Amino acid sequence: MDLRVQDKEVVVPGQVVATGMEYLPADGAYRLDDEIRANRLGLIKIEGKVIKSIPLTGVYLPQKNDVVVGRVIDILMSGWRLDINSPYSAVLPIKDATFDFIAKGADLTKYFDLDDYVVAKIIQVTSQNLVDVTCKGQGLHKLDGGRILKVGPHKVPRIIGTKGSMITMVKKATNCRVIVGQNGRIWLSGEPDKEHVAVKAIKMIEDLAHTVGLTEQVKSFLAEQTGLSADALTVKEEDLVAERPKDEQRHRRPPRRSGGTRDGPRRRPYGERRQRR
Amino acid sequence: MNQERKKHIVRALAAGVRLDGRKLDEFRPVELKVGVSSTAEGSAMVKAGDTEAIAGVKMGLGTPYPDTPDSGVLMVNAELLPISNPEFESGPPSIESIEVARVIDRGIRESHSFDTKSLCVEKGEKVWMVQCDILPLNFDGNLIDLGGLAVLAALRDARFPKVDEEGAVDYHEKTDKGLALQQLPVPITVGKIGEHLIVDPAQEEEQALDARLTMTMLADGTVCALQKGGQAPLTISEIKEMVKLADAKSKELRKQLLEVAT
Repeated sequence: MDLRVQDKEVVVPGQVVATGMEYLPADGAYRLDDEIRANRLGLIKIEGKVIKSIPLTGVYLPQKNDVVVGRVIDILMSGWRLDINSPYSAVLPIKDATFDFIAKGADLTKYFDLDDYVVAKIIQVTSQNLVDVTCKGQGLHKLDGGRILKVGPHKVPRIIGTKGSMITMVKKATNCRVIVGQNGRIWLSGEPDKEHVAVKAIKMIEDLAHTVGLTEQVKSFLAEQTGLSADALTVKEEDLVAERPKDEQRHRRPPRRSGGTRDGPRRRPYGERRQRR
Repeated sequence: MNQERKKHIVRALAAGVRLDGRKLDEFRPVELKVGVSSTAEGSAMVKAGDTEAIAGVKMGLGTPYPDTPDSGVLMVNAELLPISNPEFESGPPSIESIEVARVIDRGIRESHSFDTKSLCVEKGEKVWMVQCDILPLNFDGNLIDLGGLAVLAALRDARFPKVDEEGAVDYHEKTDKGLALQQLPVPITVGKIGEHLIVDPAQEEEQALDARLTMTMLADGTVCALQKGGQAPLTISEIKEMVKLADAKSKELRKQLLEVAT
């Protein structure tokens, strides 16, 4: 009839979280007769009537609309295979790779070569865990130079912080460009002496992800390392990047160059007509 | 390694900073511990940054090789365990693991610090065979130096097991007798990326190395073994610079080695 645990309590698989029909099991929990049990080691999160468990550690499982940092591991006939730091690899089809036209039989390594890192967004995950990604969209591109850092995928929300506050602070303090993939891969590039400060700060966030008052701790660490005042590091509302538009609005194809009708190709005005080769 | 990312590393080196914030000639802080395994005759664990390795020494009685009837046998073996790095695979030993083992073995052998004659029990019949194993628990580069250090610590830690009247070895009991190591041959690898020389490369730097030179150094600055790796050539002045670096670094590590209680 009631809850057996408190919010944010650590549970083990099979532990009874609640009894009775009052609550609903969500991600990481299941119903067995009239009990709700956790199915992994994690923190319990109770949202109204819904009970979830958030894993403490584990691998990255791809989800639609996640922005990930992938590494090219294979060049296929019709695209690239990316390692997305997950048990499942992703495929980047030619049509989703770039806005440029890629001719038939072109050398695909010109666009993405083996061992290149790419920021891509997951557009589809099938029931068989075949993952499709795209590179068309705002902020999706190949990563040149810089360095790659790996963190636990479940710590990523903490590294980004609410509305990106944490990572904005790191960027502000170190002047580095940072891209955090949902899959736990982080790309960063900046001045050599500042870069490793950013790396240390991110490692610190990862290690202390479960603690409270982390922002203040990271702030004092960054202030000490960079010599900036804590005030200068305080992230204000206007520093935060506006939340990205939803997928449907963002993933827009560019307009076609020449429209056609059902009656045949559009005829251009005479002067514009191209010479036949 | 991707050329763009390598350029990034070189750019940082030009500014005198490594990827993890170290200076070019700076070792990661080394932690050394002996006696980590009770079943081995001698053992040691070494940690530097994220690299972590254990070395074990086993001793047994066996017949000597026909060409050296009065010498015991020293063997060094390294196995790159898949548990220590996703790039390592199980199966027959890889070229990398053979290189690690042979370079460390060569350093100890050619320094003549290990008197194999003293391992002889009965000429042509029975000698002690000393087997050193290096196992990385977590690999983040520079296994030659750190593995070599662990082997030396383990050899210093090793004690002969008891032998009963029938000549059988009783591994449950150790004697007080240790191996006589006259010197401590410390291997130091100096890597070259672009124009820059670095010591103790982490894995990412190791992948970007153009060339590397492992020098096994004795206390008086003698170089007793060399191993060159990588595609790029080295100039004479570069090699001189490398030897100087290796001498300085080996002194630091040797001091640490001597401080560890055995």
